[in-house]
Amino acid sequence: MIAFWIILTGFLVASACGLLGCFLVLRKMSMVGDAISHAILPGIVIAFLWSGSREPVSMFIGASTTGLVATLLIEFFHHKARLQSDAAIGVVFTFMFAIGIILISIFAGQVDVDQDCVLYGEIAYTPIDLWILDSGIIMGPRPVYIVGTVLILIILFILLGYKQLKLTSFDPAFASAVGISTAVWHYLLMAAVSITTVSSFESVGAILVIAFLIGPPATAYLLTDDLKQMLKITVILGLFVSLTGYGLAYWLNASIAGCMATMTGVCFAVAFARHRWASSRYRARLV
Amino acid sequence: MQNLIDFFSFSDPNVRYVVLGTILLSSSAAMVGAFILLQKKALVGDAVAHSVLPGICAAFLFSGSKNIVLMLAGAFVSGWLSLVAIDYITAKSKIKKDAAIGLVLAVFFGVGMVMMTFIQQTGNAAQSGLDHFIFGKAAALVGDDLLIFSILAAVILITVGLFFKAFTLVAFDKNYAQALGYPVRRLDLLLTSLTVLAVVTGITAVGVVLMAAMLITPAAAARYWTNRIRHMVGIAVAFGAFAGLAGAYISYVAPSMPTGPWMVVVSTAIAFFSFFFAPKKGIFPRMYTQYKNQWIIAEENTLKIFYHLGERNSHFNGMRGLNELTSTREMERATLKATLRRLATKELLVTRNNQWGLTDKGYQQAARVVRLHRMWELYLTKYMDIPADHVHDDAETIEHILTPELERELEHQLDYPDKDPHNTKIPK
Amino acid sequence: MIIHAKEPVLEVHDLTVSYSRKPVLWGIDFTLPSGCIAGVVGPNGAGKSTLLKTIMGLIPPSSGYVKLFGHPLEEVRHRVSYVPQRESVDWDFPVSVLDVVLMGRYGKMGLLRNPDRQDKAMAMDCLDKMGMSAFAKRQISQLSGGQQQRVFLARALAQEADIYFMDEPFAGVDAATEQAIITLLRDMAAANKTIIVVHHDLQSARDYFDWIILLNMRLVAGGPTGEVFTDEMIQQAYGGRLNLLAQVGDMMEKRAFPTREP
Repeated sequence: MIAFWIILTGFLVASACGLLGCFLVLRKMSMVGDAISHAILPGIVIAFLWSGSREPVSMFIGASTTGLVATLLIEFFHHKARLQSDAAIGVVFTFMFAIGIILISIFAGQVDVDQDCVLYGEIAYTPIDLWILDSGIIMGPRPVYIVGTVLILIILFILLGYKQLKLTSFDPAFASAVGISTAVWHYLLMAAVSITTVSSFESVGAILVIAFLIGPPATAYLLTDDLKQMLKITVILGLFVSLTGYGLAYWLNASIAGCMATMTGVCFAVAFARHRWASSRYRARLV
Repeated sequence: MQNLIDFFSFSDPNVRYVVLGTILLSSSAAMVGAFILLQKKALVGDAVAHSVLPGICAAFLFSGSKNIVLMLAGAFVSGWLSLVAIDYITAKSKIKKDAAIGLVLAVFFGVGMVMMTFIQQTGNAAQSGLDHFIFGKAAALVGDDLLIFSILAAVILITVGLFFKAFTLVAFDKNYAQALGYPVRRLDLLLTSLTVLAVVTGITAVGVVLMAAMLITPAAAARYWTNRIRHMVGIAVAFGAFAGLAGAYISYVAPSMPTGPWMVVVSTAIAFFSFFFAPKKGIFPRMYTQYKNQWIIAEENTLKIFYHLGERNSHFNGMRGLNELTSTREMERATLKATLRRLATKELLVTRNNQWGLTDKGYQQAARVVRLHRMWELYLTKYMDIPADHVHDDAETIEHILTPELERELEHQLDYPDKDPHNTKIPK
Repeated sequence: MIIHAKEPVLEVHDLTVSYSRKPVLWGIDFTLPSGCIAGVVGPNGAGKSTLLKTIMGLIPPSSGYVKLFGHPLEEVRHRVSYVPQRESVDWDFPVSVLDVVLMGRYGKMGLLRNPDRQDKAMAMDCLDKMGMSAFAKRQISQLSGGQQQRVFLARALAQEADIYFMDEPFAGVDAATEQAIITLLRDMAAANKTIIVVHHDLQSARDYFDWIILLNMRLVAGGPTGEVFTDEMIQQAYGGRLNLLAQVGDMMEKRAFPTREP
């Protein structure tokens, strides 16, 4: 049963991250996920100080606020101070992470948060964090419900905005010419990425969030030329990675998040090798 | 105060070590970072920093102890491999650079995490030191370790110094460097190796996540103070060194404070200050320039009013009241009054019982603005074939911006004209 | 030299456009009649694409205005079509040829509706006109340069607009595609559509266009090809003499001067 909950959590996070990640990868904005997942540390610490526990609502508010601050700061320095965009990302997220660590050091006695948990997550503890109703009925692990809800929201977002997301990612100039606001869809996507990152980091950690945001979409991108297929393959890969990652962790008795990240790498390597092989055969045929 | 004196007397050998170590690490990282930033590879440092973890763990598993040289070598190799992987993925597939960086970062670190849990299970007591590599601990910079890091940092500083000219050229214009016969590929390789080396040495102080800041934040700040690469690298190194010193000082005064994050916060504070206040490029100085431009425009427009009124009766030095001044040109009274006062203090106007008149100096200024306006109108009609009724608005702006050199050029091209397209006289 | 159209469908009035305060287009002022194929011609860096992007509202002008059919763009967007430069998009993007053409219908669909059978039939029709219907299911990464351009034009056709702005549709395409495109443009013009094309080949410009906008940071000439596309005007557009204008532009950028007095 424990294995089931962990794999389910992994799968839900992988799907939510992967579906959004497809658009990030296609928009060449993958590193934004990296930035947000690190920049939320101070928000989590402050939320912890505020509520005195890992109470999810205040954690969520704290993390999303800092995630938003990070995106806005990046955009501000990029546009107003004309800082090149990769440097803006690098400067802002490291700054916020540093503030987070300093806050942890200042309130060392009061905060049960450390940078390990942000980086690695604690997916192994997911099944322990149960949601128990007032009547005493055990509903199952809380993170599953949180991430599940987020996944449903993301699926709705993509279903409703598929057309617009596709067009603004492919040809922003044409999109604005037909009256679809690129800025609006950019910020909607950023908001979705923030919410997903924030709700998943606690269970899987920043590193696995990045792995899920970029790994399965990049792999799927090598396997297909069709956006809808790419989204589907990403979800399937998410399931595969969660299953095999957990299996690997069980077998090696090692970090689950680490094993899942490793498996995304393995999947990518296989797809990459296949891609290379196919294109070399294609070239050979041409000759 | 006592702290400050104690700290800067460097009487405590521990202080000496830590300060020396952090300064060397942060300045060498900043130096390499300047070139990385200019090559638009700012986030590559982040990927390398995360990717050293499996190398460190492998070295640890292999040697079974915390042998610093082996671990650095392991870190160097896996950091290097990550860069090769990023380059290979982007070159050989449709995956773009950002995705390749993120993917390599997460997967390498994931592998490292797996190896870490492996090490933890072996229960090797020495493993506790491994954490320093991931999260950084500058205070651990003592004794032999410090010596090794200092040597590496010095190697970086000296190598960059030696190849400075070549790196500058490659960062600025790769093709041109190639045409000049520079070994561009090998120089790139060298810079890559130096980046990995800077990351490997710097990580002990600030940890995996913050390493990117050590590389690029000082350089990003320095970019705002100069356009010359030589100065930029120098400023970046100075900022980096200062951040290192400040970080060491803060954790000396408050021992519970971590050095690395404070170094990053200090250097980000410098960067934020630069983004806002650096002369010419900062946000506020640029806003101030625009604000000053508004005043210049208002002043010159006001002088022009006097000239236009003077033109009516060829009496340029006459005294004018507010009503007369607002009759020729729409201008808010408050702005007009403020402008008049400013012009009076500059001795371009004289004032007598609420009336104003041009001084000789003021007349010359006014005539110059009108002259530029009319010459530009003439230029537009003559060379740009814009009809005479369309040229006024454009000239209204350009009259404020033409320098004496451009004025001479304009005169020359128009062959020293007397009349503008509306057939009014151009003042001399 | 400007010759204005009698009943203009496009009116560009005193348009000045700046990039970070440096003016790249100065006081552009011209009109176009309906049913013409107009060529925007000028040397590199003359601001040809900038002019199109400004008309399409992608770059805000520092001063001046644009009117289409006597209205600002916002009010008549559904009657306007835009073909960006081929290089402006990533052709590795995972969509099929038909997907791209269907994007032309998005403007008419609104937020929630998805393309239906009618849209698809219409898109296939447009592909057919470009001789590309056999490629409908093909992924765009597998197309040649000329085929990519045909897909872009089919997408523009699917918009069913009355005025078309095309940024370098002839750049880097094969001779057959170039011929197919010009035939299409002539058919469209015959159906009283107006087409504005950014073009950089002087030789073919004379044959292709019946109206010429000759540009070099400023408007050198605008009017019917026979009247304005003279050697003298071309010499003016391509010869130097604009040193001063460029210098003043640099100065405005350096001193952060407003392009127009506020």
